[in-house]
Parts: sequence; structure tokens; C-alpha cells
Amino acid sequence: MALNEDGQSLQKSEARWPLVMVLTRPFAAIGRAAVLWSSNLGASAIFLFLAILKIFRPKQVSKIIQQIYFIGAKSTMIILLVGLFTGMVMGLQSYLALAKVGAEGALGTLVALSLVRELGPVLTAIMIAARAGSAITAEIGIQRISEQIDALDTMRIDPLRYLISPRIAASIISFPLLTALFDIIGITGGYISGVLLLGANAGTYLHRVQTSMEMKDVTEGFIKAIVFAVIVSTVCCYQGYFAHMRTDSHGAKAVGLATTSAVVLSCVLILVADYVVTSLLI
Amino acid sequence: MEPPLIEFKDVTKRFGPRTVLDRVNLQIYEGQVTTIIGLSGSGKSVLLKHIIGLLKPDEGTILFKGKPLTTMKKKEKAASLAQMSYMFQDNALFDSMTVHENIALPLRETTNLKNAEIDLRVTARIEQSELSDAADKYPSELSGGMQKRAALARALVTDPKIVLFDEPTSGQDPVRKNAILSMIAQYQRKFGFTAVLVSHEIPDVYFISNRILALYDRAIVFQGTPEELENFDHPFKDEVIHSLEGLQEELTGLYSKRQFKVLYQVQLNQKTFGGTYSVVVFTLEEMDVFITRLGHEAAQEAIRRMGVYIDKHFGAIGGFSTRRYTNEFVTVLPNSDLAEVESMLKDFIGDFREKGIRGIGGVSIKHAASEVCVEFAILAGISQGKSIVEIDSVIGSAKQQQKEIARIRCDVRR
Repeated sequence: MALNEDGQSLQKSEARWPLVMVLTRPFAAIGRAAVLWSSNLGASAIFLFLAILKIFRPKQVSKIIQQIYFIGAKSTMIILLVGLFTGMVMGLQSYLALAKVGAEGALGTLVALSLVRELGPVLTAIMIAARAGSAITAEIGIQRISEQIDALDTMRIDPLRYLISPRIAASIISFPLLTALFDIIGITGGYISGVLLLGANAGTYLHRVQTSMEMKDVTEGFIKAIVFAVIVSTVCCYQGYFAHMRTDSHGAKAVGLATTSAVVLSCVLILVADYVVTSLLI
Repeated sequence: MEPPLIEFKDVTKRFGPRTVLDRVNLQIYEGQVTTIIGLSGSGKSVLLKHIIGLLKPDEGTILFKGKPLTTMKKKEKAASLAQMSYMFQDNALFDSMTVHENIALPLRETTNLKNAEIDLRVTARIEQSELSDAADKYPSELSGGMQKRAALARALVTDPKIVLFDEPTSGQDPVRKNAILSMIAQYQRKFGFTAVLVSHEIPDVYFISNRILALYDRAIVFQGTPEELENFDHPFKDEVIHSLEGLQEELTGLYSKRQFKVLYQVQLNQKTFGGTYSVVVFTLEEMDVFITRLGHEAAQEAIRRMGVYIDKHFGAIGGFSTRRYTNEFVTVLPNSDLAEVESMLKDFIGDFREKGIRGIGGVSIKHAASEVCVEFAILAGISQGKSIVEIDSVIGSAKQQQKEIARIRCDVRR
């Protein structure tokens, strides 16, 4: 029985409310989280919409080129490394598995289709989110907490146009190009491990790579790359831009947490979007 | 009468349960230097951010040239706000850009000027701000004073009609603090913009302000000239002004105006030697030329040394002095007649000419032309009085009788 502060039993109606509150508390927390999540989703959508509109304003070309250099060109080395070793591991594992059923000839098909349709876009996006996305969040977050974004406002420079639009545009351009690079180097990696190291037939491997792939597969990979570009750039820019509004921390700590959130959220959303896009395109 | 350039009507701002501004009413007039004073955390910066549109009031209206900002069309509002510029308390310089790039940014992004024209304007501002050696440096490589000057240059590069300064002198030493205020005053005279400062640097800001607004207990409790503030009777004066204003002025070490008043009231009321006293009013002339040739810091150093020498010479014989305006000093000598004061003045001038002025310029000079020669005059006027009641007219009389007592030629070669 519920007791008041003096240890006396409460009236039935009074006692019922705390019980109701205890029972509903988990649902209330879920409700609050859902409201917060949906409002953030809405805000991100508006943020993305406005930023995309502002890509086409004047004086954007040089800023977009600068961002392509940062997001795209400077990610080349990491993409080459990850692509090469991913392809080599695939070549190795697939060859050994296919050899058990005497289907070594299908190695080229397996490596090429896996890379072009799935692993290429996904791993490329995750690597860029880790390398460039985190840097974008940290940079914009620091600009926010040190009032540099407010300074842009006072100078009548639209922060969305100046900071966000070039990054989104550069991501949309860079992601498919880096994905293509990943695919090519990955197929090369599969060749190195499958053909050069394990002895699969070189001609069969290359023939299967060439004949098994259709334009549809390449298009699917590129569509995914563009979707991931929009997700990664929006999440990373949004987290940095609103780092000062975090309720769990302030200042430099908020920027640190925003950076972590940006990378984690980007990776999760990449995998979710991968499933959604695959199911729509299949 | 012209409507105020900016007017607040019953503006209230809350952050959660905390009310920061409560029914604030104020007027800011065109072409003036208006300073908002108040204790730290009293909402001065919040008030300033409302003017430039970074914050919006929860209640009340902000009028620009008599028209509420809320009723303006989007373009009209943007045009009104585009006339303003803002200097942040922590400068808000872009740390990944050089000083030159920082200052050029508003021109590059908001105008269609050609690169050559932008570079020309930016270089001119950099030279005016004595930042030529730092143009290619990043903000983190600069001292606090240089960062302030870079932020000031960026705020002024678009030739704004209204400039808002949020604590422009915070964290500076007395000479730099006064140099920045002097720079703001000089630019304001030169370019004619309306300046709104937020500061708790009392009394330094009085020297450059036309109007003072006092923010106390979430509301504006005083609007008027610095002189009117002297006679303002309100708890604000005890709690804020007296707590911020020391007994001695930071730059010169002379008595503050308030302490100076207390001293002459006590000493002149004693009426020994028949109650006769003398007043000397000193003025450092041609300060603008001095600033142009040697820079603001050198000018403030000259003012500081002048104050130190006045105190050294006249303090030792029972006189007490204060700084009345930026370059004007008043000394009261109880129990002294005019002949005695004239003799003391001669000693003072000799000493100041020989030792006081030497080395003024210091760092600033190396930025100037290869040969810098600065010439400036010291004016002094003497007057004698008997009654404490008439001290203001005695000071006025001394001021009227000012004549050049020394012309100091300061040759500095690199």
C-alpha cells in the first residue's frame, strides 16, 4: 500500500496515481525519445532540402572544388588500401569455398558482383564517414561553439550556403567516384589472391568479371553511393551545426560527442539504407 | 526630432525559466557612440545580439528607424540588418584562415567586387589596424590585442553604418584597452558610423561615449550623457559603477573622477591659508596626428606617461589630479598661488621633455615609415580660486587660459 511522508496510508485515488506513473514511465520515455527522434528527422530533412537548394547559388564552385579535394581526393589512399585488401580477402575466402564444390571458375563473378553491388558502396561510405565525416562534424562543431557561425550570420553570409551546401555537393560527386575506384581495386585484389597466389585461371576470372556484370549492377552501386553520400554528409554536417544544442553536454565535450554520434549514426544509416535500396532495386 | 535609429519597446527575453531582459526600453541615435554598461552576466551581450538579429525577443518590439523589425518585409529587414556589423567578445575569427582572408571574407562573399579591389581595401584596413606584419598569420599565431584589431578591421571592412562592439577591450592591458577605444573613436569620427559598445570598462569608455545606457536588474535604468550619469542617483551607481571604477584610473594611475571629487571636497573645505587653491588644466594637442604617425598604442603610452609625470610632480607637493577627457588632465593644488604653480610647471615641462617622452612609440614605430618625426604640443592653463563651490568655473577659466607651454619634437629613426 502506498504511504505518505508520515507513513500513513493514502486514499485510494491518491495512491493510484503514483502507481500509474510508475507503470507508464517506460512508455513515456519511449514516447519522448520517439518525439525527439522524429523532430530531429524532420529538422534534418529541412536542413538537407535548404542546403541542396543553396548549392546552386553563386560563388559555390570554388568551395565545392575545395571540398571535393578534402572529401574525395584526400580519401583516395585509404579507399585504395581498404579496397585492395577487401578484394584479396574475398578472393582468398571465395576460392577456397568454391574449390570445395569445384566451382573455382565462378570466382570472378562472385568477387565482381559482391563488390560492385554491395561491398564497394557500403565500405566506401563507411570509410569516408570515418575519415572525412568525423572531420566535418568536428570542424563545424568548433565553428559553432566559438561563435564563428554566428559571425557568418552577422556578416550576412548564409552559413548553410557557405558551410553545408559545398560539403553535400562534394560528397554527392566524390562518393560514386571513390566507389568506382574501390570496385576496380577490389576486383584487382581478388585477382591477386585468387589467380596469382592460389592459382585460379586468369582468363576465366577476367572473362567471368566481364560477362557476369550488367549495367544494372553498376547503376545500383552508384545509386547506393549517392544515397550514402547524402546520408553521411547530412548527418555529419547536422551533428556539427547543432552541436551547441545537445542536452547531454556543452562546449568541447559536445563537439566530441557530436563527432562520435555522426560516425555511428552514419554507419548505422548506411546499412539500413543499403537494405532499403537493395530491396527496392532488386 | 529625428526618430532614434534603433529603439527597444518593452523587450523581454527569457532563457527557460530565467528572465534576462525584462521590459527593456532604450533608444540609440544615429552618429553617436552609445555604451551599454552593466555588471558581467547582466544581459548586455544578449541585448546587443537582439539588435543584430541573432536573438529574437519573447515580448516587445525592436524598431529600426521607427519601423518595427517584425513588420518589415524580408528584403527590407535584410537591408536594414545589412547596414550593421558586429565585433564579437571573443573575436570569432576563422582560425583556419589568415588575417587577410578573415578580413576579406565579408567582401568576397557579400559583394561583387573584383579580387584586386578587395585586396586593396583589405590591405588598407590592415595598415590602419597596424597589422601589416601579421597579414599572413593565422589568428592562433597572434597576441590577444592583435586578434582584437583583426576582428575590428573585419567588422569595419564593409563600411557599415552601425557597428556593434561586444566587450571590445576585454582581456587587454590598460594601454591596449585605451588604444582600442581610441581606435574605435577615431574610426567613428572618420567614417561617421553609429557605434554601440557593450562594456564594463568604467571609466575608460566614458571618454569616447556620447551616451551611456545602464543595464541593471534586467532593465535599462539610465540613458544619458556621461556627465548626466555623474548626477544619477540610483542603487545602480553604488552597486555597479563604484564597484567597477577603482579609486585610481588604470591607464594613468591618477585619481578617478569620483575620488578626485571626494579629495577636493575634503581638502578645499579645510580652508587653511585663507582657502586659496590653484587649478592647472593640461591638454596633449594634435593627438590625431600623433595617432596617424605612431599608432594608437603609442598615443596611449604618451597619455599614460603624461599622467605619471603630472602625478609625480604635483602629487609630491600635495596636488591631486584626474583625467577629464581622453587627452585632458586637471590638477588641483590646495594652498598654492599662481606664481608657485608657474614655477612647478617649468620643472614639469623640463622633466617631461627630457625623460617622459623618450621611447614613446616603442613597437609601433617599426611599422611606420623609415623616418618618423612626431611633433606635438602641450597646453596648460592656470587659474586660482577660493571657494569650492566655484571649482567648475575655475577649471573652465584655466581651460580658457590655456597656452602652449611646450612643443615636443620626437625624432625616431629606425
